[in-house]
Amino acid sequence: MKIIIVGCGKIGTAILSSLAAEGHDVVAIDNQPAVVDAITDVYDVMGVTGSGADCDTLQEAGVAGAELFVAVTGSDELNMLSCFIAGKLGASHTIARIRNPEYNDSSLGFLRRELGLSMSINPERLAAVEVLNILKFPSAVKIESFSHRNFVMMELWLHADSPFAGARLSDLRQRFGAKFLICTVQRSGEVFIPDGSFTLQAGDKIGMTAMLGELTKLLKSMGIAQKRARDILILGGSRTAYYLAKMLAAVGSNVKIIEQDAAVCESLCESLPKAVVIHGDGTGQELLLEEGLTGMDAFVALTGMDEENILLSIYAASRNVPKVIAKINRDGMAGLAERIGLETMVSPSRIISDVLVRYARALENSLGSPVETLYQLMDGAAEALEFIVNGESDLTGVPLRDLPTRSGILIAAIFRDRKSVLPTGEDVILPGDRVIVIAKGRRLRDLSDILA
Amino acid sequence: MNRRMIVHTLGRMLQLEAVLLLAPLAVALLYREPFVPFLVTAAAAALTGVALALVRPRTHVIYARDGFVLVALSWLFYSAFGALPFVLPGGIPHYIDAFFETMSGFTTTGASILPDPAVLPHGMLFWRSFTHWIGGMGILVLCMAVVPSLSARSIHIMRAEMPGPIVGKLVPRARDTAKILYLIYIGMTLVQIALLCCGGMSLFDSAVYTFGTAGTGGFAPVASSCGGLSPFLQITITVFMVLFGVNFNLYYLLLIRRGKSVLKSAELWTYLGVIACATGAIAANIAPLCATAGQATRHAAFQVASVISTTGFSTTDFNLWPGFSKTILLLLMFCGACAGSTAGGLKVSRLVLLVRMLRRHLQKMTHPRAVGTVKLEGKVVGEETQRGVTNYFALYALLLGGILLLLSLEPFDLETNLSAAISCFNNVGPGLGAVGPAASYAGYSAFSKLVLSFAMLFGRLELYPVLFLFAPSSWMRK
Repeated sequence: MKIIIVGCGKIGTAILSSLAAEGHDVVAIDNQPAVVDAITDVYDVMGVTGSGADCDTLQEAGVAGAELFVAVTGSDELNMLSCFIAGKLGASHTIARIRNPEYNDSSLGFLRRELGLSMSINPERLAAVEVLNILKFPSAVKIESFSHRNFVMMELWLHADSPFAGARLSDLRQRFGAKFLICTVQRSGEVFIPDGSFTLQAGDKIGMTAMLGELTKLLKSMGIAQKRARDILILGGSRTAYYLAKMLAAVGSNVKIIEQDAAVCESLCESLPKAVVIHGDGTGQELLLEEGLTGMDAFVALTGMDEENILLSIYAASRNVPKVIAKINRDGMAGLAERIGLETMVSPSRIISDVLVRYARALENSLGSPVETLYQLMDGAAEALEFIVNGESDLTGVPLRDLPTRSGILIAAIFRDRKSVLPTGEDVILPGDRVIVIAKGRRLRDLSDILA
Repeated sequence: MNRRMIVHTLGRMLQLEAVLLLAPLAVALLYREPFVPFLVTAAAAALTGVALALVRPRTHVIYARDGFVLVALSWLFYSAFGALPFVLPGGIPHYIDAFFETMSGFTTTGASILPDPAVLPHGMLFWRSFTHWIGGMGILVLCMAVVPSLSARSIHIMRAEMPGPIVGKLVPRARDTAKILYLIYIGMTLVQIALLCCGGMSLFDSAVYTFGTAGTGGFAPVASSCGGLSPFLQITITVFMVLFGVNFNLYYLLLIRRGKSVLKSAELWTYLGVIACATGAIAANIAPLCATAGQATRHAAFQVASVISTTGFSTTDFNLWPGFSKTILLLLMFCGACAGSTAGGLKVSRLVLLVRMLRRHLQKMTHPRAVGTVKLEGKVVGEETQRGVTNYFALYALLLGGILLLLSLEPFDLETNLSAAISCFNNVGPGLGAVGPAASYAGYSAFSKLVLSFAMLFGRLELYPVLFLFAPSSWMRK
């Protein structure tokens, strides 16, 4: 599929690298020749230098034959204009990054409709939502929901004192009396899709799916349930911080934001009446302590610099803040930060590339059983996908134990009539079901791809 | 440096050469000639290839330096193995001679050590010209087109092998770009074979002449090159020599119906303009030697097209022409054809850039505060690329001087040595004096033949890959 991406910043590069890896024909547009050169050196994509809102540039990039057009420059207005022009020149689907709160708060639907956008993406908002979800369940390092809101996938680290450590998977469900499924295990850099005979160890990072209620029950009986974080310190007054503070205020949490730019502080103060905004350099540890870091339930580092976020998060963790979250945009950094002891990280660029990869796969496969939701798990080594089963096929009506599935595939859940089934060998997939599949090392486009 | 990846890819390349050797094998079988040389060589290449490919790379990531070294090594190995069929009974007795001939083939030079190629059996003649065709578009580009993706960063390989100051892709993926280039190449080759057949040439000769034209190589199956051909055939070959010297990107633009951008190409117009002017000047200069003005123009056009596209065919012994015509031809050898074509030489786009940079520099000297840019094909050329062009030019001059110095140990006159160095370095083929179109390189010593072989490789790969291959820093563990 032919895809054009305008703007090769952090987000743009993350998107084009994952879409090129998916095997799409990607053309990257940026107005800086040096950036275009650097991109084409590293990724197998074509580069065009110019403005995304310039007809000649767009035509040179072959906009008329493009199925997907994504504008993710730093400017919302340029993104909207590029998408509008691209749509008029023949691009089938257009996606613009619109992140300014002014556009997002009220007029987004109107803009989207009038500009003919297929979708608008707001990495900062999505990152804020992800942080919010984690703050609701502080035991998790990552929590994702599917179209059935109460069904979630959660990742957590097993510490040495965890009751899971040393246990066989087949014994777990009885012992804890909750309905859940462990789908993935990451151990020293390798990812497994475990079966019943798998034994967990301390130091593993596990991914499990369950209904929210069951999950709470499980975490309680494990003794690691934490109450929702109420007092939260946010470092950096970025857009992500704005969205997060707004959402947190809505659920009644106490938010304190530290930002070093006075003008940004002012505008945050205006738009977030309930939050406490501190003007000062948050990289100074004195200021953090003065603002009560040690008494906080959670510390969230959302500055624009990955390095700052990592270092200050580690500092906060060393001060025994119960939950520490760092925003990290570069994938390489995330692995490194994990090695030096940072557990929870949120990456806007990864969230957005998940969204676009899902969108592109669904476009390619609009006739079969398309991908409804997609999450990368365990740093991209595995994927969780939600499919809607459209009509009868080889898959439907066959007991799961008789389905010839490929290796590295796990059917994690089936939803039927708004109820979830934790699948056993006797269960069958029926038309109209929603199926959640965990796949390791494969890129599924259609539900039928799970068959050998 | 990712040595494992280089060795592994080299293995795959040799396997590909083994497959390519099946073509002359089939020709030899068809003409009931000894086919053992090709069988043995193919087996040797295949076995070595499989052995090298057993080395598993730990990572597929390659950088610019790996790309350069890989390309240079591949060409060396291809020539080393490609020379084997000639050495086995019935061909060229000395390995150095065979190596020179094969290197001359792959680099599309067309310089030969055979006074009369007609003594070779059909299979060997076919292989000799087939190397032109393979080398024309590039062996790694071929590998990229047929072998599933070598690496996401294969642009480094492409850049090392494709000629020209700026190498871009036609379509987003390097592999698809390679495929498109080869499809255009194959299409044009087939058209020319068909036209030559229509002109009354046998299928075998058509193929051999076409391979020589398409790769802008210049090996002919007879000593008289194109001298014995009918005017129709000579004109057809002239036109195709010019066509294969055009940037292939322009053909792609034509195919996707963006003809307007083709007409705006400054490089194309300069190229055609130079051909027209040189033809006119030479035709006027040699008119007294020819029977009619038409004949003079035909000979002039053929020789100009042959030299500027760095093919090296000839219809007449231009060694006997007046000094003015010979000098024009010698200068055209430097010029070469368009970037992104199968031709050698400095490339027209580099010369256009050099002239424009020079103009800008002169302007800057008279108006020190003037602000200006250098443009090519409507786009501003960055400082980096401009520096690249001047550096290339300097390196080119230095290397040419070095080659000339090494050749001057031979007992030939300066005209012969100078033209031999220029001709081989620019992948043209015939020179002047004792290496003129009617003579061969047989008189040179083994040492000089090796020097010239590397001169050809330097010229075909545009200096840097071979330079990095020999640079000790490439091989240090750093």
